[in-house]
Amino acid sequence: MSGFAALVARDLRLVWRRPGDVAVVLAFFVVATTLFPLGIGPEANVLARIAAGVLWCAALFAALLSLDRLFAADFEDGTLDLLLLAPWPLELAALAKCCAHWIVTGLPLALLAPFLGVAFGLEPGVLLALAATLLVGTPALSLIGGLAAALTLGARKSGALLALLALPLCVPTLIFGSGAVEALATGGDFGAHLAVLAALALVALATTPWAIAAALRQAGE
Amino acid sequence: MASFPLEVADLACRRGGRKVFERLSFTLGSGELLALVGRNGSGKTTLLRALALLVRPEAGSIHWQGKDVRAEPEAWRGRLAWLGHLEGLKGDLTVAENLLAAERLRGAPPAENRLDSALVAFDLPPLAARPVRTLSAGQRRRTALARVVLTQAPLWLLDEPLNALDAPAQSAFRTALKKHLAAGGLAIAATHADLGVPGRTLELA
Amino acid sequence: MADLHFLANPARFRRFSQRVLPSLAFATVLMLAVGLYMALIQSPPDYQQGDTVRIMFVHVPSAWLAMAGYALLAGLGASLLIWRHPLAALMARASAPVGAGFCAVCLLTGALWGRPMWGAYWVWDARLTSMLLLFFLYLGHIALSRAYDEPERGDRAAAILALVGVINLPIIKFSVDWWNTLHQPASVARLGGPSIHPSILIPLLWMAATLFLLFVLLVLLRTDTEIDRRRLENAELQA
Repeated sequence: MSGFAALVARDLRLVWRRPGDVAVVLAFFVVATTLFPLGIGPEANVLARIAAGVLWCAALFAALLSLDRLFAADFEDGTLDLLLLAPWPLELAALAKCCAHWIVTGLPLALLAPFLGVAFGLEPGVLLALAATLLVGTPALSLIGGLAAALTLGARKSGALLALLALPLCVPTLIFGSGAVEALATGGDFGAHLAVLAALALVALATTPWAIAAALRQAGE
Repeated sequence: MASFPLEVADLACRRGGRKVFERLSFTLGSGELLALVGRNGSGKTTLLRALALLVRPEAGSIHWQGKDVRAEPEAWRGRLAWLGHLEGLKGDLTVAENLLAAERLRGAPPAENRLDSALVAFDLPPLAARPVRTLSAGQRRRTALARVVLTQAPLWLLDEPLNALDAPAQSAFRTALKKHLAAGGLAIAATHADLGVPGRTLELA
Repeated sequence: MADLHFLANPARFRRFSQRVLPSLAFATVLMLAVGLYMALIQSPPDYQQGDTVRIMFVHVPSAWLAMAGYALLAGLGASLLIWRHPLAALMARASAPVGAGFCAVCLLTGALWGRPMWGAYWVWDARLTSMLLLFFLYLGHIALSRAYDEPERGDRAAAILALVGVINLPIIKFSVDWWNTLHQPASVARLGGPSIHPSILIPLLWMAATLFLLFVLLVLLRTDTEIDRRRLENAELQA
């Protein structure tokens, strides 16, 4: 486990040295969500109706945007070889990388989303629900996106390809994430949606580290 | 059987449908150095990566003290110190941070007390607090070599260790390598230049 | 699986496919002629939908084959990653566009059928949406397998993607069903026997068998081409 913690700590320290990279992702999230009222029109009831979906989609895009450097930086400077050669399971290293990514992307996105929700006219309870769904759901996005990042390591045009691979796999998370918020707003069963969302995150947690490790090994060959 | 710590038998590798080498066999004992020589593209790097299990060989076996290393890959990786053609350093971390982070990534106990001697071996103390991105190619190479020393692994796998090193740095490398071999360590190095340390040579066609 | 191991060698596969292809092509054409007669002329029009119901004879088997094709990709991916069968990579490369093609046929015929049925070419019906996502998964597989300068790397990356995709397909299907439950329940694959009339069921199964043969034929042909292409590239490397 010490290697796992060391890898998370190293990645967080690297982000700390260049906080601008995270700031750009969060700025994208803010700007992208702001475009929807401008494109659709400022009608309050329409905005409140689409808010959950828009914020979830924007969070998904923001998370994916930041992912193409997740393994590429290590691949380019040779530290990926050191991870491959570390005497503990590569699956844990994959998990550590995604974990660090979530701390610097998923977590701030979830904390920022309620403030943007205010601009869409959401009720306080719904704002909390939005943050809760993003907290539970974004780990799945980091893991699935991490897999896409590992698969596209060294590929031509990896950025667009990454999104093409990750987006269909993120659909269930998106459906239940925004669905949960909508359930709360329309008197549906919020708890059931959130439980399914948590289950989806657990499935991603249980399956993707192995696939990421396999992808990293073949990238190292 | 286990008279040599490292026994490689009938190793064959294929890259992109092309045979790189085949039927490669050698043994390496405690305190021995093996220099891999051969032209560009003769498979020196591929052999090093195959030994580290980074590349899956098409055929053959690698035994360490009589045991197939593929049976316990994690234990095997723990016995390796690696220097690739890429240094494996993070530009935004300082020299000291890079070395310590690499040790921690291996799950090793805190290396602060061993850090100084590794830095001194390659004349790095004045650079210890500098971010690696501000270093020259030779200084980075020295940092990567200090990482190899810090690892304290029995088998060094080095890809062109002398690359970008000036004369004093080359001699520092020789001293470190001799010390490693004298302590019973093993080393395999792909190289174009003469390493300047007595050892066996394997020529790849 | 053990009996199919002899096919893992591309040269042997080549001899096998050369022997099988002509008769397979003949059988496919023959069955297609009979099947089209059964589907377009012999079977009765639906009392509600009229002649548009005949779209089903292509639409439904295409959906089945698109799903089976993805399962095939996953199987080939496992075979490549576990046993390193060289042929599995070539066959996956050959069959992904075929599966995607059937998926596209399913979506297009679905749209054509949707126009008279629902009054729109596209509605966000659960099954069509699942098919669309399957089509995206196919696109990702095709793009990934061709995104590397070293084809072997693309093969292995796509193999991992296919395995992850096949695990996620039921989850995606479940999510989309949850999201929208408008479509009539699946009536052919239901346990306890099909509930649709034999006059429609028989041509449907016949067309399914025909399109299955067409699928196999296309995959074999394209695999042959891939073997040739890979040999040519390797010959250039050796030269």
